[in-house]
Amino acid sequence: MAMLEVQNLHVYYGMIHALKGVSFTVSQGEVIALIGANGAGKTTTLHTVTGLLPAKQGSIVFEGKDITHVPAHKIVEMGIAHVPEGRRIFSQLNVYENLIMGAFTRKDKAEIEESLATVYRRFPRLEERKAQRAGTLSGGEQQMLAMGRALMSRPRLIVMDEPSMGLSPIFVNEIFDIIRVVSEGGTTVLLVEQNAKKALSIADRAYVLETGTVTMEGKADELLHNEAVQKAYLGE
Amino acid sequence: MSFLTYLKDGISLGSVYAIIALGYTMVYGIAKMLNFAHGDVIMVGAYTALMMITRAGLPALPAVLIAMATCTILGITIEMVAYRPLRKAGSPLAVLITAIGVSYLLQNIALLAFGADGKTFINVVSLPSLNLFDGQLVISGVTIVTVLANIVIMICLTLFVKKTKRGRAMQAVSEDRDAAQLMGVNVNGTISLTFAIGSALAAIAGVLLCSAYPVVTPYTGAMPGIKAFVAAVFGGIGSIPGAMIGGILLGVIEILGRAYISSQVADAIVFGVLIIVLLVRPTGLFGKNVQEKV
Ligand SMILES: Nc1ncnc2c1ncn2[C@@H]1O[C@H](COP(=O)(O)OP(=O)(O)OP(=O)(O)O)[C@@H](O)[C@H]1O
Ligand SMILES: [Mg+2]
Repeated sequence: MAMLEVQNLHVYYGMIHALKGVSFTVSQGEVIALIGANGAGKTTTLHTVTGLLPAKQGSIVFEGKDITHVPAHKIVEMGIAHVPEGRRIFSQLNVYENLIMGAFTRKDKAEIEESLATVYRRFPRLEERKAQRAGTLSGGEQQMLAMGRALMSRPRLIVMDEPSMGLSPIFVNEIFDIIRVVSEGGTTVLLVEQNAKKALSIADRAYVLETGTVTMEGKADELLHNEAVQKAYLGE
Repeated sequence: MSFLTYLKDGISLGSVYAIIALGYTMVYGIAKMLNFAHGDVIMVGAYTALMMITRAGLPALPAVLIAMATCTILGITIEMVAYRPLRKAGSPLAVLITAIGVSYLLQNIALLAFGADGKTFINVVSLPSLNLFDGQLVISGVTIVTVLANIVIMICLTLFVKKTKRGRAMQAVSEDRDAAQLMGVNVNGTISLTFAIGSALAAIAGVLLCSAYPVVTPYTGAMPGIKAFVAAVFGGIGSIPGAMIGGILLGVIEILGRAYISSQVADAIVFGVLIIVLLVRPTGLFGKNVQEKV
């Protein structure tokens, strides 16, 4: 059975029908990319998975448990961490405090220290700046902080919403390297990206979302060579 | 010497404003709403303490503790019953109007229960006064306790917010509710806690205020509540040190204005100062100029 099974998800913003029956699965250990144009419903999908938005219809099952109606603040304890679009770090807190917020639901002090050390090893820049107010970090550093913060919960599934948005090419490469490392470390990844080429290059499988419905799915390298995908999302 | 006396009175009154303002500022910072019923919780605290002392015959300290507990429960209940359902609906204006409604409700309940006539309040502070400069400056026990209470509360709250897990959760909710939830923070619980703290502080403020100005009526909390709101805005709403400095400045300006200019326009002066401060510094004295990078 898949780790995450999303079935026939319908989500509304007032009268706006944003998701019209979205279904997809994520299996343990996979990197799944969710690609699609602006406004396709990618963020909406992730927000519904982590409980920030209510599903009108459909179901979300994670590791065999129905989490469709589990409130957002209980999701992280179940093993899902969400790196939100636009990073959403706590700008008034310093880097260290942001990371500790990521471990909010954990009580094991010694192991939290261990996770902190791991995050600092993965993101040496964050350790150098641990006492710096997070709002004063550069965009790329903020993205690293958002990822580090999510990793502090020791998730089994990490969902990331456009981690490369607005970053310079060097940072983009760095972020994708980190996603690969996170995945190799055993964490399952659900990745939403505008940068479809990059996303497909590290993903195992991918889903294409168009105005609230999944229009294509398949192996990432097949989609990478699919003509329709190339035209619409790869600018070729 | 009279100037020093006025200054002392101003600091004392201002300390009460500061303690009330802390409740305003924390609730605003975390729940993003102006709880206009906050002032009336002060009045409930004062009546409760008075009843505990005069009717139940309790000593001052347990009476104050019971008043704090009562206000805490009242604050949490108001939030759960009146504000939480509207928060889900996402209409700030509806919340504001409801808060004003709750304010009148509390006043009218007090009116029914205690009548419109002022009740003489019993000074809960049995500390002797301090005579300075050969008795030219007399600092009453209430003043000493009020100023000390303000300082202690402010230090404890700052430490709580900055150094504890719950406090950090408050900061997180204050800045980004959704992101805080993704960390596992229960937003409703955090807001309840904020109301609990603010309301307990309101009880303390009510007792101290009525010990210094020993009458309590159903409207006792209304004006100090508004002044404390002004103090919170003055200091930068959302800021804990801002509430303290704002409160004290406001108290001093009010008392000095009353003494040297005119007791009729003292309140107008207070609001005039607020307007000037906001024109020069729209975020208040300690307001945060949030700079965010994209
Ligand atoms: N808060 C909201 N209120 C109303 N409509 C919304 C809201 N948020 C999103 N929508 C609408 O829902 C649809 C899906 O939006 P969503 O943010 O999920 O898209 P997206 O795929 O993440 O786009 P992007 O690539 O630009 O981030 C869009 O049509 C959008 O206008
Ligand atoms: Mg999006």
